[in-house]
Amino acid sequence: MAKIGIKLKVNGVERAAEVESRLLLVHFLRENLRLTGTHVGCDTSHCGACTVVLDGRAVKSCSVFAVQADGREILTVEGLEQDGKLHVIQEGFFQEHGLQCGFCTPGMLMTGYAFLKSNSNPTEDEIRHAISGNLCRCTGYVNIVKAYQYAAAKLREGGEK
Amino acid sequence: MIPRSFEYFAPRTLDEAVLLLGKLGPEAKILSGGQSLIPMMKLRLAAPPYIIDINRIPDLNYITELNGFLRIGALARESDFEVSPTVLSRYPILMDTTVVIADPLVRNQATACGNIAHGDPANDHPATMLALGASIIAVGPSGEREIPIGSFFTSLFTTALQPDEILKEIKVPIPAPSSGGAYLKIKRKVGDYATAGVAVQITMNGAGVCQRAGIGLTNVGFVPLKAKEAEAFLTGKPLDDATIKRAAELAAGESQPIDDIRGTADYKRDLVRVLTVRALNRALKRANGGA
Repeated sequence: MAKIGIKLKVNGVERAAEVESRLLLVHFLRENLRLTGTHVGCDTSHCGACTVVLDGRAVKSCSVFAVQADGREILTVEGLEQDGKLHVIQEGFFQEHGLQCGFCTPGMLMTGYAFLKSNSNPTEDEIRHAISGNLCRCTGYVNIVKAYQYAAAKLREGGEK
Repeated sequence: MIPRSFEYFAPRTLDEAVLLLGKLGPEAKILSGGQSLIPMMKLRLAAPPYIIDINRIPDLNYITELNGFLRIGALARESDFEVSPTVLSRYPILMDTTVVIADPLVRNQATACGNIAHGDPANDHPATMLALGASIIAVGPSGEREIPIGSFFTSLFTTALQPDEILKEIKVPIPAPSSGGAYLKIKRKVGDYATAGVAVQITMNGAGVCQRAGIGLTNVGFVPLKAKEAEAFLTGKPLDDATIKRAAELAAGESQPIDDIRGTADYKRDLVRVLTVRALNRALKRANGGA
């Protein structure tokens, strides 16, 4: 099968590649670009460990073909930190102990990043609803909710992105 | 898991997509949200040799009222419903439906039209559209045609769409005044399909009599079901507790569930009964101006 040329922006950097049409976005990110922060958890669209932000919306990169991302913009967990400074959502996970094994964390961070952009003053219920597509088997979610609340508070006081 | 190889096409117009579909034949599949198709391809439950990605066709992402109908375009995402002022203010039944589908990440990609076109009796929009009396706009080589939702689901994963047709739009009649609807679903966890689901849409007159009732059932048959006996029973009656109870029994009797991992057929039939009572009460409250 002939390969297809794609061009896309990943974490602010223009990338071009020739890919098979069946290549999933998550494999493109991990194997072609070596951005292994995005994890493959369940591989059946359930767990959300592979979540990335595609044109502003959090999606499961195991359920999108790389060719669908042609001409579009992607943010992965590697793109959160800017100039050596953690993004507030990362800082929240650090401060509130929002992770144990860390496997789900990249997905949790990317879901949180997109969610807090549209709602920087969420209720606990709204947060729990927002992360309902991201599974964590360690924390019981309590500290993840606290991490989101920490980040939301920072966003409200600091006006950070 | 890696899907089988396929040839990928990304047409820029609907006409081009229809031409491609005609040329490539019935084995070609349309990709919209892809949140059912891509997981199925990864499991190799589906292995289409050709994929026609309609996501690059402009002007298909709309949820808008026009000429007496709510029109839902092929690329309207589930998450678009959750922020649509039209849906929020006038179609609580659509909000009920959207928010119980999969999870927020899947809903950022998934489309309502794809949810219908897939022909899966476990999907949620079919029951809601049956209750609302919607119709489907299909576009093919000879132009557009309108298919009533009642004749759209022909058998398991099979719809009235012809192999050379694309589902372009869902068309919902704007409900008359004093109308209300609700969709209720029991599922084991977030992201699961319904153990059973019931959609209800009613229109009352000023005297508290039901003028029209639509009832759709999710995942209790090989196709999405319309509870016609229950609908007919409700029409022309005041919706008191005894009437609602009897209609719910009729709807349960019309369901055709089977035993599976989500429960026994008897259990699911009883869920239909209980959910129909609850959905009718909620729809009635909404028809009377409540939330």
